[in-house]
Amino acid sequence: MTDLSHIRNFAIIAHIDHGKSTLADRLIQECGGVEQRELKEQMLDTMDIERERGITIKAQTVRLNYTASDGETYQLNLMDTPGHVDFTYEVSRSLAACEGSLLIVDSSQGVEAQTLANAYLAIDSDHEIISVLNKIDLPAAEPDRVRQEIEDVVGLDAADAIAVSAKTGEGVTEVLDALVERLPAPQGDRVAPLKAMLVDSWYDSYLGVIVLVRVRDGVLKKGMKIRMMGTGATHQVDVVGVFTPKRQDVPELGPGEVGFITASIKTVADAQVGDTLTDERNLAEEALPGFKPSIPVVFCGLFPIDAADYEDLRESLAKLRLNDGSFHYEPETSAALGFGFRCGFLGLLHLEIVQERLSREFDLDLITTAPSVIYRIHQTDSKTVELHNPADMPDVVKIDSIEEPWILATILVPDEHLGAILKLCEDRRGIQQELTYAGGRAMLVYKLPLNEVVFDFYDRLKSVSRGYASFDYQVLGYEEGELVKLSILVNAEPVDALSMIVHRSQAEHRGRAICTRLKDLIPRQLFKIPLQAAIGGKIIARETISAMRKDVTAKCYGGDISRKRKLLEKQKEGKKRMRQFGAVEIPQTAFIEALRIGDD
Amino acid sequence: MIQGGFGLYVHWPFCLSKCPYCDFNSHVADELDQARWRRNLLAELDHYGSKTKGRMLDSVFFGGGTPSLMPPGTVAALLNALGDYWQVSDAVEITLEANPTSVEAQKFADFRAAGVNRVSVGVQSLSDDALRFLGRGHSAREARQAISVAEKSFDRFSFDLIYALPEQSMGDWVGQLDDALAMAGDHLSLYQLTIEKGTPFYSEHRDGRFALPRDDVAADMYEKTAEMTSKSGLPAYEVSNHAQKGSECRHNLIYWQGGDYVGIGPGAHGRLTLDGETVRTEQIPGPANWLSAVSKNGHATRFSAVVLKPEQCEELIMTGLRLTGGIEAARFEAQTGVPLADGVNRNQVTALQQANLITWDETRLAATPAGILRLNALISAILS
Ligand SMILES: Nc1nc2c(ncn2[C@@H]2O[C@H](COP(=O)(O)OP(=O)(O)OP(=O)(O)O)[C@@H](O)[C@H]2O)c(=O)[nH]1
Ligand SMILES: C[S@@+](CC[C@H](N)C(=O)[O-])C[C@H]1O[C@@H](n2cnc3c(N)ncnc32)[C@H](O)[C@@H]1O
Ligand code: SF4
Ligand SMILES: [Mg+2]
Repeated sequence: MTDLSHIRNFAIIAHIDHGKSTLADRLIQECGGVEQRELKEQMLDTMDIERERGITIKAQTVRLNYTASDGETYQLNLMDTPGHVDFTYEVSRSLAACEGSLLIVDSSQGVEAQTLANAYLAIDSDHEIISVLNKIDLPAAEPDRVRQEIEDVVGLDAADAIAVSAKTGEGVTEVLDALVERLPAPQGDRVAPLKAMLVDSWYDSYLGVIVLVRVRDGVLKKGMKIRMMGTGATHQVDVVGVFTPKRQDVPELGPGEVGFITASIKTVADAQVGDTLTDERNLAEEALPGFKPSIPVVFCGLFPIDAADYEDLRESLAKLRLNDGSFHYEPETSAALGFGFRCGFLGLLHLEIVQERLSREFDLDLITTAPSVIYRIHQTDSKTVELHNPADMPDVVKIDSIEEPWILATILVPDEHLGAILKLCEDRRGIQQELTYAGGRAMLVYKLPLNEVVFDFYDRLKSVSRGYASFDYQVLGYEEGELVKLSILVNAEPVDALSMIVHRSQAEHRGRAICTRLKDLIPRQLFKIPLQAAIGGKIIARETISAMRKDVTAKCYGGDISRKRKLLEKQKEGKKRMRQFGAVEIPQTAFIEALRIGDD
Repeated sequence: MIQGGFGLYVHWPFCLSKCPYCDFNSHVADELDQARWRRNLLAELDHYGSKTKGRMLDSVFFGGGTPSLMPPGTVAALLNALGDYWQVSDAVEITLEANPTSVEAQKFADFRAAGVNRVSVGVQSLSDDALRFLGRGHSAREARQAISVAEKSFDRFSFDLIYALPEQSMGDWVGQLDDALAMAGDHLSLYQLTIEKGTPFYSEHRDGRFALPRDDVAADMYEKTAEMTSKSGLPAYEVSNHAQKGSECRHNLIYWQGGDYVGIGPGAHGRLTLDGETVRTEQIPGPANWLSAVSKNGHATRFSAVVLKPEQCEELIMTGLRLTGGIEAARFEAQTGVPLADGVNRNQVTALQQANLITWDETRLAATPAGILRLNALISAILS
């Protein structure tokens, strides 16, 4: 057990890709946490998907031992956090377990939207913040300009900002020394009843559920019977340990320390993040303040391309949920796509990542319907329902009014792209709140309807600013809007998977775009097929797929009937993936493609 | 009495060179032990001939590969043996596929003497540029000469052309077809180029090194072809085959109307009615393996299985609809024991009738010209 005065707990926060994970590597290396031969880049990004995309999804914790210039050895508990807005929730709870933060800013880029958002989270958590100007090895690095930007845009005193290169290791010892000198030591009472915050939990195939904790008061020991104050569940602690970053068992965790336990817990749902752990035999009086649970804001349907994979999908979702409490799902049935699940996510990147993990780790081929948000429908019978799926929209005559969620978006963009971004926000029904300049950059604050944002806003933002705009948001609340359900009809029958809720002003444009796209995607059939977009009974856009001109095998292979049979078998196999619309069968792939490509 | 006729197919798996579009079982070989090939083909003939003794033989077809490379003596030996097993119809049609090189044309008289009474010449194109693209070993001039030799040597002859080639214009095709019709005998096979998996054309096409005419263009060419051949008295009787009335290739009709055929030689397929059951047969395709298997066992059958009723029905519909005359309900029922109306998806048949893609009058189911042009999708709908 380490004395409180010799412990420092800190989070590394930054905008995406500013070098958090790389700096963590250097800190670990400098403290001898790994042998030279074990070094690899962003070693805390352990998931395949993290390594491939070069991003952090799960926050990670490492205990380091650092011998400072005063000759004393300190225990440093490092928390690497994700930079992307979807995972802000991961950042917040890491911050709750620390007393200070390293705010990394890429000195070749400057302050970006998540720099701001994460810095404010750290300030809200009363953190001591050490600013770090990273990537000074790059020719484009402008540490002085960026230092100024931190002062002007974030409002932090950056006089003591440390210039480093996480790549070459320059400045890394200064960072370690600053952690020891500038961050406050944690406080806590060793003899008080145990109070430990449940920071995170995840599922490990060897150990089962692993619970990450930060001890406030008391001591957490192996063999102890603990109680989760929120759920009331009790468990016997099997293992107490820390990550160095290798897993290492320790006899106990005392006040100020961060580490993990296992306690034969079945699912992560039984270990709710934000809960307080206490000693069953010596109960704490009052729980620590918890976290607000993360709430999904983006919904979509996930369907197996091969209906036979439905059970596999169900199992895989359950497994994924073991490890990702912010992901939600429930069964859904679609006429166009068959059996699947309606799923809720923290944002579009989260959606994309879950989808990718399902196809990669569980080898499933999936279709995703267009992302949508939760609408609140006030019915004429004065009931209010939450609508997660446009297909479930009640009949228009039963609807009194509809509310949609709005967000407050902060966008940082170089001057020359400001015009394009303003236009994008206006096109998406945005309402400008603020426009300020700092250095060569504009900071825009806009109120935007979330449904306009989940619809490829981020991609558009990147493309109109050539990748230079950064974006962050928080959910504001619900407001009434003139929203309608846009239905797409193929051969006069509605395709549920393509229906969506849109603002009346966008309906015609969207409807036309989908019909045009479907026209390209649906192969011509024996009969011509009308495609229509409609609001209620009113057709607002239409296209026609003309009948196919030619589909015949020129050469009959003599007596080799088996070749013809193979063609027929292939067609029959193909039919399994067809969906019937009146007399025509449409390959499911057409809908998949229609859903895959974003609007233009 | 079996309704579809009875034939013999002999596969000769060798060619002088391999054409880049072709995925037939054909190989280039330096030297062949011709005596052994003859012996083994006769052995397979004996194998299947003995099982089908006494039947009335309507046709023989030497296909390939390039059977015009066969020694005429081998052809003669096979034809001489037919009577050991079967009754040979007076009207028997004996076709041999020939490539139009001068060397092969010189052998036409010998094939005639051996008993062949019809040749099908693989002209493929009457343009030297197109022949080069198709990797053919002959010129347009040689092709024309071969046709005229064929005309002199045989009562009946046909030739093949491949069209809808990359960048081929309608004008170019119409010009060639005019020429071809002027030279034609009683039969013509006109195939649109098909890109087959596993051929050099497949990867070239996939990699974008050439593009086929769009479906609309190919469909226009197909319709124009139908119109021109009809006018010249050689209307289509099958998707790609055209003939004067009564000169349809008997052998192909056996395939398409559900008749029986013995298939011998590497990779040959057969369909036989044995003890009241329909049996499908397939010989080993690799020439060397085929040779050694026949030497050892007297035949190189690698597959032989009973065709179940539902499959048989599907096959008859699949092949029968390729013919402009379609499927005769009475013949279908005699062959399968199932009424034709029960073998089809009637809702689809009604919809297809309304769309003018098929005709169906209880005695006959046939695709209209528009239907034949979309036959794959149509069959898939009818059999769904
Ligand atoms: N030249 C240079 N490149 C750096 C430096 N630090 C990080 N990088 C590179 O910047 C990229 C992003 O680094 P990461 O460490 O993954 O960034 P991150 O902040 O953890 O990113 P997220 O977890 O996705 O938010 C990687 O390609 C790193 O190699 C540096 O000091 N100099
Ligand atoms: C079995 S092949 C062999 C005939 C002979 N060896 C020759 O090449 O002349 C019969 C006919 O099929 C046609 N054919 C072969 N491959 C084709 C393809 N890929 N596309 C269109 N027709 C093809 C050609 O017209 C060819 O003459
Ligand atoms: S097209 Fe004829 S000649 Fe060419 S490889 Fe095929 S079978 Fe042989
Ligand atoms: Mg990272």
